[in-house]
Parts: sequence; structure tokens; C-alpha cells
Amino acid sequence: MKNVTINAQGLVKHFPIKLGLFKTLVSKENPFVHAVDGVSFHIASGEVFGLVGESGCGKTTTGRLLVRLLDLTEGQVTFKGTDLTSLSKKEMGRLRRQMQIIFQDPYESLDPRMSIYDIIAEPVRIQKTAENESEVSQKVAKSLEEFGMIPAEEYMYRFAHELSGGQRQRVSIARAFVLRPEFIVADEPVSMLDASIRSEVLKLLLATQKKYKTAFLYITHDIALARHVCDRLAVMYLGKIVEKGSTEEVIHEPLHPYTEALIAAVPVPDPTARRIRVTLKGEVPSAINPPTGCRFNTRCPHAMEICRKKEPPLIEVNKGHFVACHLHTKK
Amino acid sequence: MPLLEVEHLKMYYETLRGHVKAVDDISLHVDEKKALGLAGESGCGKTSAALAILRLLPWNAKILEGTIKLSGENLLEISDPKFRKEIRWKKISMIFQGAMNSLHPTYTTGTQIAEAISQHEKVTKEEARERSKKLIELVGMDRSRADRYPHELSGGMKQRAVTAMALACNPDLVIADEPTTALDVIVQAQVLKVMKDLQSRLHLSMMVISHDLSLIAETCNDIAIMYAGKIAEYGDVRHIYKEPLHPYTEKLITAFPSVIGPKTELSSIPGFPPDLLKPPPGCRFHPRCPYAMEICRKKEPPLIEVNKGHLVACHLHGGEKN
Repeated sequence: MKNVTINAQGLVKHFPIKLGLFKTLVSKENPFVHAVDGVSFHIASGEVFGLVGESGCGKTTTGRLLVRLLDLTEGQVTFKGTDLTSLSKKEMGRLRRQMQIIFQDPYESLDPRMSIYDIIAEPVRIQKTAENESEVSQKVAKSLEEFGMIPAEEYMYRFAHELSGGQRQRVSIARAFVLRPEFIVADEPVSMLDASIRSEVLKLLLATQKKYKTAFLYITHDIALARHVCDRLAVMYLGKIVEKGSTEEVIHEPLHPYTEALIAAVPVPDPTARRIRVTLKGEVPSAINPPTGCRFNTRCPHAMEICRKKEPPLIEVNKGHFVACHLHTKK
Repeated sequence: MPLLEVEHLKMYYETLRGHVKAVDDISLHVDEKKALGLAGESGCGKTSAALAILRLLPWNAKILEGTIKLSGENLLEISDPKFRKEIRWKKISMIFQGAMNSLHPTYTTGTQIAEAISQHEKVTKEEARERSKKLIELVGMDRSRADRYPHELSGGMKQRAVTAMALACNPDLVIADEPTTALDVIVQAQVLKVMKDLQSRLHLSMMVISHDLSLIAETCNDIAIMYAGKIAEYGDVRHIYKEPLHPYTEKLITAFPSVIGPKTELSSIPGFPPDLLKPPPGCRFHPRCPYAMEICRKKEPPLIEVNKGHLVACHLHGGEKN
């Protein structure tokens, strides 16, 4: 593995559930939400790695664990060889210059009381990457213009509420890129935007990512979009990776029944293409008591006896293409 | 004869800064047992058009011109009490955007559906309850869900409950406003299946409002593409997908990623949708249009019929000669 920017090994995150006083005294075990349960992957520099799954599958939690916005229950994250879990808060703060996050909702991730200028200047000031204020303003202007907010002066002194959704998300992306980080977590950066604006923002985002060779974790529920964005992707279900590999391989030769269902569920923007649809029954089971064995067995059309008992390991079927399913485990 | 016929509808919002031209001279029709898709980006006036049909507009909205006819009867001439009693929900009902938030949190879903029934029909309480349970079954849920409160249901179930509510009084036309936007792909596919199923079983006419063209491609027969309060293109879904004539439609179609077929570059539309307080003169799309000509800046293109049933408002297609 060359140029690995970020490496996640066996990430586990359990959120404790708060019980009432009586239950705390009576019950023996503390229940947990198993948000992320043993997730491993690496991202090379300049690579876009996608994390795909339904809501509640733990993809956002994984993203936050990588930049240590949440602390791990178990596992290890290394950023260019440095173990993040061993760092103190101060050291971590310094390292944040190299790792940033773009949040999903541009309506909530920008401070309504700060001007656009201050929003983008804030990371620069905190990390002290500029000598003086004129350099700060240069950086802010350049970053805004990179994302199509031209001329920057027209937008700089406005507030978030004066901008449209697409413009806000551009600001939030500009803020993530202003420090030239080496790793960015993009958590559904365009899911709140309209189609016509979405592709424009996405284009700018990917062009900038290519330009600076940023390692990217792209979190999305839309597998069609992931196909256009990612080099490699992993499909998550209930806190676990069920399939991982190069994007084209996963989409054209899906091995896991869940991946198949996910692909079949995507509506196709072509009325003449009528496909046979595998619709899954039911909904994602609770992550408090996930099903035993394979977590997908309750909804899987191919579920066998073994699936209810034994958890399938993530094995490499083809080079770089991993799957966790008993249908593909060698006897 | 079309079931719903909207002609030259003009509806502006009156604000302190002037008129917001949300719906500006649109005409469309929904045929019996057919589904019409109304597509466009947010703020293009598609929800406003639907609310105008159902007369659910806020106080500052004014219908200035046009007619809305349901089976030949002009809805704009009906008095409010009569409209409420006989048209809304009885003839036309709606599935609102964000089903998550359109249910009352302190009533069970069954009670809410039964309320819609007893408001419009002379039925006993028991009958209404029983019918609400039948409706819950109709949308593919267990009848016991009628006794559940909204917070006990998942997003997909709430969406189904809202769909059941729209069907409460056997309407002729159901308007679905972004019926699947907040749902995950798999749940979305389930809800879509229910909708399509109901459409063919109950012979419903539908109007589906969405910014997601793939949703319309899967559910509708006809499509109207709206841009900045106007209809840019109108016609059969299959024709429009095969040969989009308006540059906006063309861009919009290729802006959607697809999981099947070869990987294509996503097209994008530069710039932002216009401010409807001061829409650009001429063709409203001209500031973002790659083919904009001199005439586009000056003269508004009329909506003309290019092929049978395929209408487009663009100077590139026949408009420039006159």
C-alpha cells in the first residue's frame, strides 16, 4: 500500500443508551447502539473512497470517527502513520489542519451570525496559516472563487441566510478546502441540493480534489451518485462493511445480496428501461440488538441456515473485491 | 376529456418587495387514469401550482388569471365552504411533502384517517374506523398500525399512512408532492411500488411533483418541466427523454447519475435559478442557456406544439421565425 493517507482498522463505536433510574438499578447489562462494528479500510492520497448505505447504517458515525469528532470504542485510525487515538487534544487540534469535514446540511452547518468572510477565515485564523489579515482575506477570496463564487467580494460580506442552498454548500466546501487539507470527509455534501445545482457543485468539488490530490471519504446513500464520484467504495449495513471493492466492480458484479438490492432500488432516469426489481421487504433492524449471524439474514432473499448462526467474515473474492456473505465463503 | 384542466393560470405572491411570479401562465391537463409529472428545481413554482389547485394558498397569494377545471367545472368559481365539503379530499387530495411532519403527533394514524372520512361523508364512528383500517391494509401495512402514533412508525410507514389518508374519500385525483424525497432508496422503492400498484388497482389519476426526474420516469405518462414559474416543455415522458428539445430539459436529464448503462459525464447548469421577483426578460432561462441568442434576451418564447402532444417554449424550435 503506497501513499496511504488514512487507515482505519477495526473501528467500533457503541453508544450507550440512557436508562431510567429503575432500569439502571435492575438490569444487569447496559444496552448499546452498535453504530459501527468492526469497520476497516484505507484511503490513498488523491483517492475518493465511497461509503454507501441506508440511513442508520453507521456511515456518518464512521466519518466522524476518522476525524475524531467522536472517540472510538475500539480500533485504530492512523493518519499518514500517526495513530490518532494516541494524540492529546492539543496535538489533535494541530493535525486538524490536514483533515476537514464537509457536513450534509448547508442550512445548519454555517453560523448564522457570522459573515461568509469570517466563516471561511476562522480555520485559517485558528491554525495560523496566514501571516497577517491581508493574507487571510486573500485566502478567503481565492477559496470562494475556486468554488464559483465570483466575484468573491460580492459574497464575502453577506450572511448565510442571504445565500441560496447551493451557494451555502459552496461556502461550506470552500471552508473545508481553505487549509489545503490532505484528507476530507464529505458527508452527503450534495444530497440537499437540486439536481441542476448538484452536478455543478459536485464537479467543482471533484476538480479541486484532483488538483490538490486530497484523500476523500465520500459518504452517500445514493449508489448511482457514488458510481460517478468514487474510485473505490464500501457498502455498509448495520454497522458493518458487507462489500468493498473498485466502484465499477461492485456496481457491475455485485456479490452481496444487499448490494444487489441497493442497486435495483435506484430509480433510473429513463422511462424505457424497465428492469426486474428486487425490492427488499421490511426495514433495517434495530442496531441495539442486531440479528445474530449475518446481520442481513432477516431481509435476505437467499438466507440459509448458516446465515442465522454464523457471522460471515469479509473475504477477498477477486483482487481487491471483498464480500461478507456465506454464499461466497469457500466450503 | 381530461379530468383536470388548468389553463393560463397566473398566481403571484404579493410581498412588500413586489410580486413573486411563482406561477406565470401555465396550462396543463391530467387525463383520466393517467399520471402527470411536474418537474423542476426548487422554487420553480411546482408546489405553488398544486396548492392553487387545492386552494390551500397563503393569504398573500393571488390568482390573477386562468381557469382550473375539474371534469369541466371551474373550481375557481366555487365558494369556499362548498369547495371544502365537495372538492378537497373528496375529488382531489394531496400527499404532502415531508410526510414525516404532516401527521399530527398526538393522534393515532387511524384516528387521523378516520377524521378525514367523517368530515366528508355521513358515516358512523365505527364505520370510519373500519375504513381507516382497510386503507392502512391497502397501502401494505398491518391493520394494527392504525392504533399507532406517528412516532412509533418509521419514515416509510409514515409515508404509507399519509398515502392512505389521501385515498380516504376515494378521490379522482391525487397530487403527490415529492412523495419520496426524505426516504432511503430501498424504502423509496417500496413506497413507489405501493403507489404504482394503487394507481393501477384503483384507476387513480395522479399528479406527481418532484425535482427527481427518475421518479417521474418511473411513475408518469406525461411530464411538464417547469422553470421559473413557466412551463418549458410538456409532453409524453418517453418522447421527452428520448429527444428533449428545451436546453433546460436536456441538461436536467443528463444531470442525473444512472447505475445502469455506460458511465457518462454529468452535465451541469451554471449559475443559479432566477429571482422570481424580477425574472429575466425574454426567455427566463437565457442567462444559463448555452445556446442563448439575441432574441432570447428580448422576446419570450411561446409554448408551441412541435410534434403532436409535445410542446416546447424555446426560440430554437420554430419560435424565431415570427
